[in-house]
Amino acid sequence: MLTKKQAKIFFLGGTLLFAIIFLGLSYDTVTNGITSHTHPDNMTEAVVLGRTLWDKNNCMGCHTLMGEGAYYAPELTKVYDRRGPDYIKTAVMFKNNGLGWGQRGRHMVEYNFTEKEADGLVAFFKWVGEMDLNGYPAPPTIK
Amino acid sequence: MKYKSQKVAYYFFGLSMLLITLQIIYGFIMGFAHMGYDGLHRWIPFNTASATHKNLLVVWIISGFMGAAYYIIPEEAERELVSVKLAMLQFWTLAIVGVIAVAGFHVGWWEGRKFLEIPRPLDFLVAANVVGFILLILITLLKGKKQTSTAWVLTMGLAAAGLLYLPGMIFFDNISMDSFFRWWVVHLWVEGVWELIMGGILAFLLIKLTGVDREVIEKWLYLIVGLTFLSGILGTGHHYYFTGVPKYWLLIGGVFSSLEPLAFLGMTLFALSMYRKGNKKHPNKLAVTWTLSTAIVSFLGAGLLGLAHTLPQVNLHTHGTLITASHGHLAFWGAYGSLVFAMISYAMPQMTGRRIYDNRAGHLAFWLANIGMITMAIAFAAAGIGQVYIERLAGKDFMTAANAIKPHFFVLIIGATIFSIGVTYFIVNFIRFGLPNDEALRADDKYEALSN
Repeated sequence: MLTKKQAKIFFLGGTLLFAIIFLGLSYDTVTNGITSHTHPDNMTEAVVLGRTLWDKNNCMGCHTLMGEGAYYAPELTKVYDRRGPDYIKTAVMFKNNGLGWGQRGRHMVEYNFTEKEADGLVAFFKWVGEMDLNGYPAPPTIK
Repeated sequence: MKYKSQKVAYYFFGLSMLLITLQIIYGFIMGFAHMGYDGLHRWIPFNTASATHKNLLVVWIISGFMGAAYYIIPEEAERELVSVKLAMLQFWTLAIVGVIAVAGFHVGWWEGRKFLEIPRPLDFLVAANVVGFILLILITLLKGKKQTSTAWVLTMGLAAAGLLYLPGMIFFDNISMDSFFRWWVVHLWVEGVWELIMGGILAFLLIKLTGVDREVIEKWLYLIVGLTFLSGILGTGHHYYFTGVPKYWLLIGGVFSSLEPLAFLGMTLFALSMYRKGNKKHPNKLAVTWTLSTAIVSFLGAGLLGLAHTLPQVNLHTHGTLITASHGHLAFWGAYGSLVFAMISYAMPQMTGRRIYDNRAGHLAFWLANIGMITMAIAFAAAGIGQVYIERLAGKDFMTAANAIKPHFFVLIIGATIFSIGVTYFIVNFIRFGLPNDEALRADDKYEALSN
């Protein structure tokens, strides 16, 4: 059976080996992969504004985007295709006495977004919707 | 308890107990909101509750780890902590930064990045605090009479956890890049270096509770943490599948993350076989129970429930659904929550001299908390499966699915209530122990003798 020293070498050697492979793959992903999958050239000022608002308002605290976030509100990766720009703008700018958008039965926070900010969010969702996400979200399979 | 300075651990454990209480309250707010009762929406909207719930989790677990380290390192290194004053300063600054962070979430001072919602200016304070903590532990260890493998693995785990916080502080315009590095923190913590910390604490507890030879236990420890990194580092890929990265992550993430349960299975077999080999004479039955349950429930929650949706062809449909919440709850509870409870159950009698080893409240706490959390994991899984079928496979609207799965949230709240009663019993015992005191020094000598 293995000695303690051999077990230690297994731990240190394995960790080093797999850390090097991971760093190599990460380097490729960060320098080439993400660029070719997310068309960063299309990140206009409006997209960046939308991305900043996404972060600043913790939209991920209720919604998911690219499947990441919380599970209280709809997945938004393809929301631009699904609902279109007008619906999105109406929802994020909706005023209801402090209760916010709730037409579908669950309330969103009521935001005081300007027209420009709402357009930014729309541009951001459009940009995210055009990413290559390796097939996510999958189209429905049950007809 | 062998050294006076080990008492510092008490304050960290106390903070853990306070924060888990708050975490549970915010959990209830979210559970009720899912059922349609969102009366607090104007003041505590769901995103505030979820950021608070998740960060309280991270902080109470880390506070528990820090307490464990302040208890374990002096004992393993065979000397007092280098500075109790600085350790207490580190405690109070941690608590203050925690309070500011949680208060900030209620006024929109945050970043929308799951698990890392603490805003960047505060991140620097967190980082400074953690550096202070690691230095105290490391210097104590280096100046000590002994540097055991258990102490090294624990210290390295803590240091690596501190270091890995940094990639999460870089800002990227591209949300895909942001996500990529966010997982360097979150994944490499919970499926990487936190397992090192877990292995170190489990090894310490097993050495103390079973009396099995240290050489045997530490050999296992190296094997387990070896398996953790062998699978866990490249296993990071299972978070990358659908975030705008090359396809090779599907293959690499799928294969290596499928191996991750091996490390947890290793912990289960390790703990059970050490217990069977040991002399079973240690009177602290509660600590033994929590230690064994950590090793078992972590395999169920982190290992098996993780494996259930880690393959890319499955995850394509389950990603971003309540399936993840099911796995997340039982994994955090089994691996890290229970571990902190095990450490507290072991250390409190040592620090206070009060032998609450085997009482009714303690056993009720154990059973209710575990039954409650398993019920919650089942409710989340049922809700998640419903959501996958209705929303993802049949292509119905999100709210159509959400309304259909509401009954599962009723079950969830029942499970959460059982869990909360269990945790309450645990806290009642914690309070019964009273404050740590120097009269408790060397209280465990006769059991040490028994185990040798």
